[in-house]
Amino acid sequence: MNPGLTLATAGRVLRQVRTDHRTIALIIVVPCVLLGLLAWIYTGTHVFDLIGPALLGVFPMVVMFIVTSVATLRERQSGTLERLLTTPMGKGDFMIGYAVGFGLLAVVQAVVATGFAVWVCGLDVAGPVWLLVVVAVADAVLGTALGLLASGFARTEFQAVQFMPAFLLPQFLLCGLLIPRDQLPTFLEWISNLLPLSYAVDAMKEITRSTDPLSAVAGDLGIVAGFIIAALALASLTLSRRSA
Amino acid sequence: MMNNYDGPAVAISGLQVVRGRRDVIPGLDLEIPAGEVVGLLGPSGSGKSTLMRCIVGVQITKGGTVTVLGHPAGSPELRKEVGYVTQAPSVYEDLTVRDNIAYFARAVGLRGTELRDAVDRTLAEVDLVDYGGQLIRDLSGGQESRVSLAAALVGRPTLLVLDEPTVGLDPVLRRDLWELFANLAAQGHSLVVSSHVMDEATRCDRLVLLRAGEVLADVTPEELLARTGAADADAAFLTLVDHAAETRRSAS
Ligand SMILES: Nc1ncnc2c1ncn2[C@@H]1O[C@H](COP(=O)(O)OP(=O)(O)OP(=O)(O)O)[C@@H](O)[C@H]1O
Ligand SMILES: [Mg+2]
Repeated sequence: MNPGLTLATAGRVLRQVRTDHRTIALIIVVPCVLLGLLAWIYTGTHVFDLIGPALLGVFPMVVMFIVTSVATLRERQSGTLERLLTTPMGKGDFMIGYAVGFGLLAVVQAVVATGFAVWVCGLDVAGPVWLLVVVAVADAVLGTALGLLASGFARTEFQAVQFMPAFLLPQFLLCGLLIPRDQLPTFLEWISNLLPLSYAVDAMKEITRSTDPLSAVAGDLGIVAGFIIAALALASLTLSRRSA
Repeated sequence: MMNNYDGPAVAISGLQVVRGRRDVIPGLDLEIPAGEVVGLLGPSGSGKSTLMRCIVGVQITKGGTVTVLGHPAGSPELRKEVGYVTQAPSVYEDLTVRDNIAYFARAVGLRGTELRDAVDRTLAEVDLVDYGGQLIRDLSGGQESRVSLAAALVGRPTLLVLDEPTVGLDPVLRRDLWELFANLAAQGHSLVVSSHVMDEATRCDRLVLLRAGEVLADVTPEELLARTGAADADAAFLTLVDHAAETRRSAS
């Protein structure tokens, strides 16, 4: 690992995104539109206060998962990855570079989406709003790490896109968004304890519910960080310098 | 970034490669001298790209050794010393020409003014000075392959492995690039360049003719013509291939 090479990769990833205005617009605008839609659907009830925070955790992960898995697959197919790995660029520099680049993009997304949810849609947040942004960025990095891992198993773009429902929908269904996790059937609750998104959503809910959520959130963030490290470690196994 | 190792640039012995179920390289010995432009020629599918992948260390091999500048191919010591240009251009479509070259320059450790100067020099070498700010996806095929070449040239590696770098380029550009290759060799760099175009063979210091993963000839261009009695490289190559086919037939 070399910080110069990691930053070079992060900068390159961001430059690539910068030339794609439509993708930037989608990343920033779509979460706001969906949050606004939900707030509107549930006008006059408390439902938005229950699912709004969870969604703030889900968006960054889903978006960064898709963007990363497609971008990495393109690197494999175009030969740029193979070529990079013949240079002093390490696998760690490559992966952490992606995580840093998309993490920065996620900061922008999270600030806009959180601001929109709180000040436009009137989401009630008992704890500090900045903590929502911190958790959202952690979720984005988790999405990037899982995307790097998933792209190792995709041979075509079609497969890469199909991994989204395969990797993420089960997490989405079991993360406590539809019903609280402790009301799930025991076996499903047990499964949901094994999935990273559950902890991200727990953290988000804690922040909206409690005026002093820091210690609970720190625990959840620690677990999310563990998943990030595990996903990156597994993903590095799929990045081999040599191929047949 | 020149390395002072004074053995051959590449030494290959007993190399075996299987791709899919095919014995692409059944057993190959070859030495590539330092400070020369070595042309790798041979029909489509003869294993030129596979051999180059072995030299840069991205090919899984079944047996044998490949030693590059005194180290096993692909080892960490070589990452700054070996530059590789794949047959299909490998650059980022959604980056500008300059950003692509600069990224690969950063990957080998260039920074600051050194980086800027190296990128400017390389843009001139591949004749893309006016295109620095253009996205790759808006370039022609030949321009794109020149960016791919530039990304390897920018770090001035000791050994350059170039897989068909002049395909699809016009005669003027081809001449300029071959002059650049000769200049680099004169400065002590080693180059392995594959090509389909036989008249480019005469621009090499040495020629390696490959057929079905075997070395048919490892000669200077003059020796090739003298040995086959042919008038040009094209004819010489055909003579050698026919001759090899005949010996094989009479042997079996
Ligand atoms: N990814 C692969 N999987 C399986 N076999 C492969 C693969 N790539 C190449 N081959 C086989 O290896 C052999 C040598 O291919 P190689 O690409 O080295 O040839 P080449 O001399 O570079 O040809 P060309 O001049 O057309 O580029 C061919 O028979 C080819 O079918
Ligand atoms: Mg080839």
